[in-house]
Amino acid sequence: MKNGRVDAIVIGAGHNGLICAAYLARAGKKVLVLERRHLVGGAAVTEEIVPGFKFSEFSYVVSLLRPEIIRELDLPGHGLQILPLESTVTPMPDGNYLAAWGDHDETRRELYRHSPLDADAYDEFGILMHHMAHAVKPIIGMMPPDPTSLSPKELLSLGKLGGHMRSLGARKFYALHKLMTMSSADYLDEWFETDVLKATKSASGIIGTFMGPRSPGSAYVLLHHYMGEIDGAFRAWGFQKGGTGGVSDAIAGAARRFGAEIKLEAPVGRVMVKNGRASGVALENGDEYHADIVVSGLDPKRTFLKLVEERELPGDFVASIKRFKTRGSSGKVNLALSELPRLTCMQPENIARWGGVPIPPERYLRGAISISPTMDYVERAYDDAKHGSFSKRPYMDVVIPSMIDPGMAPPGQHVMSIFCQYAPFAIEGGWDDAKREAFGDAVIDALAVHAPNIKSAIIARQVLTPADIERITGLTEGNIFQGELALDQLFFLRPAPGYAKYRTPVDGFYQCGSGTHPGGGIMGASGRLAALTILGERT
Amino acid sequence: MTYDVIVIGGGLAGLTSAALLAKAGRRVLVLEQRDVLGGLHSTDEIAPGVRGDAAAHDIGWIPSSVMKTLGLDERALALVRPDPSAVSLLPGGSTLTLWTDPARTASELQRHSPSDARAWRGFGERVARLAGFLQAIYEGPAPEPLASGATELLSMLGLGRKVRSLGSDGIIDLLRTLPMSVADVLDETFEHPALKGLVAASGVARLVQGPRSGATAFLLVHHHVGAPPGAIGSRLIARGGLGALAHALAESARAAGAEIRTGSAVTQIVVSEDGVKGVVLAGGDEITASTLLSTLDPRRTLLDLIDPIYIDPELSQAVGAVKYRGACAKVNLVLDGLPALSEELLRGALVVAPDMGYLERAFDAAKYGAISDRPYLEARIPTLHDASLAPTGRHVMSVLVQWVPYRLRDASWDGTRREALGDLVVDTLGDVLPGFRERVIAGQVLTPRDIEDRYGATEGSLTHGELTLDQVLFMRPVPGLSRHATPTPGLYLAGPGTHPGSSIASAARAAAVMGASKRRPFSRPRGDRAPLTR
Amino acid sequence: MLKTTPFHPRTAALMEAQQWRRWAGFLVASAYEMSHEREYHAIRNSAALFDVSPLYKYHLRGRDATRLLDRVVTRNVATCQPCQVMYTPWCDPRGKVIDDGTLHRFGEDNYRLTSADPNLRWLHQNARGMQVEIEDASERIASLSLQGPLSRSILEHAAGRDLGALKYFRLTNATIGGVSVVISRTGYTGDLGYEVWMDASEALPVWDALVAHGRPYGITPAGMLALDIARIEAGLILLDVDYVSARKALIPGQLSSPFELALGWTVSIDKQPFNGKPALAREKADGPSWRLMGLEIDWLTLERLYEDMGLAPRVAATASRVSVPVYDGSKQVGYATSSAWSPLLKRYIALAHLEAGSATPGKELEFEITVEHRRKRATASVRKLPFYDPARKRS
Repeated sequence: MKNGRVDAIVIGAGHNGLICAAYLARAGKKVLVLERRHLVGGAAVTEEIVPGFKFSEFSYVVSLLRPEIIRELDLPGHGLQILPLESTVTPMPDGNYLAAWGDHDETRRELYRHSPLDADAYDEFGILMHHMAHAVKPIIGMMPPDPTSLSPKELLSLGKLGGHMRSLGARKFYALHKLMTMSSADYLDEWFETDVLKATKSASGIIGTFMGPRSPGSAYVLLHHYMGEIDGAFRAWGFQKGGTGGVSDAIAGAARRFGAEIKLEAPVGRVMVKNGRASGVALENGDEYHADIVVSGLDPKRTFLKLVEERELPGDFVASIKRFKTRGSSGKVNLALSELPRLTCMQPENIARWGGVPIPPERYLRGAISISPTMDYVERAYDDAKHGSFSKRPYMDVVIPSMIDPGMAPPGQHVMSIFCQYAPFAIEGGWDDAKREAFGDAVIDALAVHAPNIKSAIIARQVLTPADIERITGLTEGNIFQGELALDQLFFLRPAPGYAKYRTPVDGFYQCGSGTHPGGGIMGASGRLAALTILGERT
Repeated sequence: MTYDVIVIGGGLAGLTSAALLAKAGRRVLVLEQRDVLGGLHSTDEIAPGVRGDAAAHDIGWIPSSVMKTLGLDERALALVRPDPSAVSLLPGGSTLTLWTDPARTASELQRHSPSDARAWRGFGERVARLAGFLQAIYEGPAPEPLASGATELLSMLGLGRKVRSLGSDGIIDLLRTLPMSVADVLDETFEHPALKGLVAASGVARLVQGPRSGATAFLLVHHHVGAPPGAIGSRLIARGGLGALAHALAESARAAGAEIRTGSAVTQIVVSEDGVKGVVLAGGDEITASTLLSTLDPRRTLLDLIDPIYIDPELSQAVGAVKYRGACAKVNLVLDGLPALSEELLRGALVVAPDMGYLERAFDAAKYGAISDRPYLEARIPTLHDASLAPTGRHVMSVLVQWVPYRLRDASWDGTRREALGDLVVDTLGDVLPGFRERVIAGQVLTPRDIEDRYGATEGSLTHGELTLDQVLFMRPVPGLSRHATPTPGLYLAGPGTHPGSSIASAARAAAVMGASKRRPFSRPRGDRAPLTR
Repeated sequence: MLKTTPFHPRTAALMEAQQWRRWAGFLVASAYEMSHEREYHAIRNSAALFDVSPLYKYHLRGRDATRLLDRVVTRNVATCQPCQVMYTPWCDPRGKVIDDGTLHRFGEDNYRLTSADPNLRWLHQNARGMQVEIEDASERIASLSLQGPLSRSILEHAAGRDLGALKYFRLTNATIGGVSVVISRTGYTGDLGYEVWMDASEALPVWDALVAHGRPYGITPAGMLALDIARIEAGLILLDVDYVSARKALIPGQLSSPFELALGWTVSIDKQPFNGKPALAREKADGPSWRLMGLEIDWLTLERLYEDMGLAPRVAATASRVSVPVYDGSKQVGYATSSAWSPLLKRYIALAHLEAGSATPGKELEFEITVEHRRKRATASVRKLPFYDPARKRS
């Protein structure tokens, strides 16, 4: 098909685009997905950058993929298989360490070693987070109401939201208010006294944001870690077998099974608009495809500032999109390793010195290593970024996928995925090759402090700055959430007031990326809700 | 003599509520620990023959309804609104000035940035619109989002009407703006670094957050409540020092029959399960009363003065978690003449915050328990508004230094540290204010710890708790207590630590809850729900 | 890895069945032998020795210790004499039970509180502004429970002194195996029994002395399976089985007040302010809406239900912790949280939460059982607790 007509065109084969396409195809629409790159997945891809070593290049854990999507698209039938990621070890500056395990008793014992009070608090905190996740879950699954509208439908929807809030009761409502407005540092200070515990938890509150743990608004993201857990048996927190690209492949498989066509290496140049209605898209090579429904899975800035002519959009809408914050703040270093890292703090004699419980390396290396030794360390990492440079000592979330799925690397060798923050897109003077390598060196140096053998174990490394993320995936400014998850950019404000329901000012043109509500991570809710909107279904 | 109400604290909140309650016919006793009235807003002798505002040196909002009820006007209260509002002292001795008249500011901006000059008026209108909405909320009881009773719903509907009066764009703007960082708001609007620095200062004033921190836009709007529309950074001062304002309120209270005792520190609030019984004073004297209004900060009132078994552990946990974090030290200087800047400009607040990055770095130091060697300063010269504060030829300069930690990470506050802080202030001002350094002849340094010791404000917080989104409205001071009544029958709270975060306005709300607006005897609030007055 | 108790070298050596279970992060015996039956009968016939070290233990000392405890627990601690032990629940500010345990008063300002769940943070939260030292002694103090009609004789031999004067819920100091211990006349079986408390580092000599002196009396190390049956007979509740801690409850329906758990007698409504007092005062006046009662499943109807399927009646030899619906006609009026066949009483008994209207002793209700994959209902009648209460427990 070179020029042709379909029912719906989806721009971008990221996970949300694919999910949207799958749902549209499932409803009987003739769907064409157009992807710029040679593979599907967007930021959820697996690539063999070094022969024999498979990298989950960008996104590396699956946490919040909606269970209804897994069910409705039968993703396990298309290869979705999520392997658990159970533990986190945080090395401390004094040689001690903090570990969190999958088992409650083991975690309590470890925490108790640091603080008996925190061991108690940890359980209570977990219960509160369970309540909070439960409170937020319906909001994530709902179409955001328009608070300014007086239409009966919107008022009903607003009323439902109000009813939901009231149904939480006072304690939970106020707890939720605090969670939405506080800094993760302050929020955690109310619960815990162990600095390294707060540092590690607060680090999960800053992932993908351009905030430090002491900035109000960062506490909310703490919740994300708990959200995967309230779906009970489902509990999708872990690695996709074969790397994150496997998730995209599974969704693509489902979409194809429903009849969607996915065209690779087909970069869209513009969305064609006739009389205020979308009529199709033109590829960069001039090929045209026509459809009454055009959906963009790209981020809002790329969607509205690059694909659509400005005259087709209202001025205040364009202004809103322009000020939509997409500051990329994280980078990625992927390593091919000849041997496993040896964490100094986890050597048996060191564990004994601190009174910990000896753990074989194959056990803790199946989990995450968090380089977040102190609260100040994480805050200082942010200080560097806000003043225009990458963190000299970055916060890092390190995982070794080949420990969980041996097929990711040649036998006996390993792949390591290092998520690092902060690496601001808007670095002073802009990113260049020298700065990229300097950043890569900073990451390796910061890791080598805790795992001295890492440098000699490296066979190959791939350093991805936000500029690289933008160049490869197309995500504006390399923002992994297609737009910051800040309170002023959530719910009915995501991506712009009045356009939070997947529609756009252009009839027949829709958006389905994580730049729309609820956004963020491999959740897929945006893609699904967009499809349901297009299909005219109520949710 | 028996009293209907004992008011703890002779600061602005205590005196205002005493005046309002006395006017409503209550027999009121005010107990102030210090020998002078005013609390954080008192005017003390800072050097022989020289008086000045010892802690806070300006005030934001005084609800006109309070002044009306008390029959006081701005003149009776000796209030002055300095114009210019704020003057940024820039490196090299240049300045950027915000005037109370937005048009004048715009024309001033013209020479810095024509585009910012064009944007100024619109920005002022936007902030004024949002502040107007906050003011509407602040004039009533704290909204209760979980309201279910009929009267509550009515009040919520009233609030809803106020919200809708903003228009749909206004609502979106409100919801979008309040959680934002003031830096993001300013970056969207302006380009000139000095303008952004000066305006951002208003979003972080008295707060341990930098301009890039979330919800600092809220504080910018909050600080605009009560200011003339668009007069960003404008605050009130009092002729004769803020102590004069306290004295005017005290006169009003006394005239209405209230008794005010200074030098009377309350060491214990006596309660039983039935409620308040009275107070014990430092000397051991006990005064009985079944109704008590404390204008001390909530932590001092609920955790320090009451036997802990009468405070529910979940409440004490919540009160203990309130963030105080005094942000400022106060340096009071005596000058033997004025610096070389036009006297008109010297009448405003003199601000050292040349750009947002400067503020951000000054804040960074505080995160690690240190003081930046480039601090954010806000100075006022009250003698330019009332020469009687100092002997002829002498001037007082009051400088709030931000950020100065209550707890230093690697040291404790001592004479050397205080002196170094004073020197830092003089040096910092000296660099941007020609002819300043040589004018300084004496000085006094109050660290946040000194402010706590002297005025009883926990951690030296001038606002009795940080003004952040998690600590305002129904969250201030803690959920369930935002309407001034406490679970202890007869015990009420007022002061800036309570809704709406301002001494005088909170006192008016508390007095209303306590029945001052209704000529009827006290009735105990049912449960934790305070009676509605509006 | 799970923790092991100070007695592990002894208990592991005895463990024939490899039947371990978790208790508060520790490894403890479910049963040492292949069947727990002999261990159960030791409780009622001779003496059973339990390792109860995983209990949480807090030591409270200082000027405000009594005031702190009095604001936390529902009983009146001020009336607890030195060397007395009090069983008590404690509540959150809503008057819902957080946990229950025993309170040992050693002296004027010196206490030990035992609990099923960790309570260190809760005690600290309540101690704000008070002068009291709170020590988590959970791992420092080891404890054994010696339960059964011959337990006194064994202890008297082991301690070399007469214990006839040690009354029910009193404690005394003693020396066993050369080790200073505290003996309290307490337990979780509803029988004559004692608990022995000692420093964890000196645990083994105490065990050895007890076992040596107890051998002629048939002392039998026993595990949790036997204990579970005994405590149901005694009508004693278990956290996480018979009720959910107010701290962990996810929905209001999971909360219980002391009155609803048949612990109304522990609520001293006239003492100083304590957590939950106003709510409990209201509930005391209005009466609880639920009550914990005994339930005896009628054996004849049970037999008939099995007979209908062509089977002989069967009941599990171990206690069940599966919640079972209880009906009055078509209406569900409650649920039984613990049930067991009592080998001693030869009855099928349960602890049930019943709506107040159905909580009348003698009332006939229906208890759901599954017979050969099919849901059936057996007749059951409401009983007062405990089911078993021998005079020797107190005498």
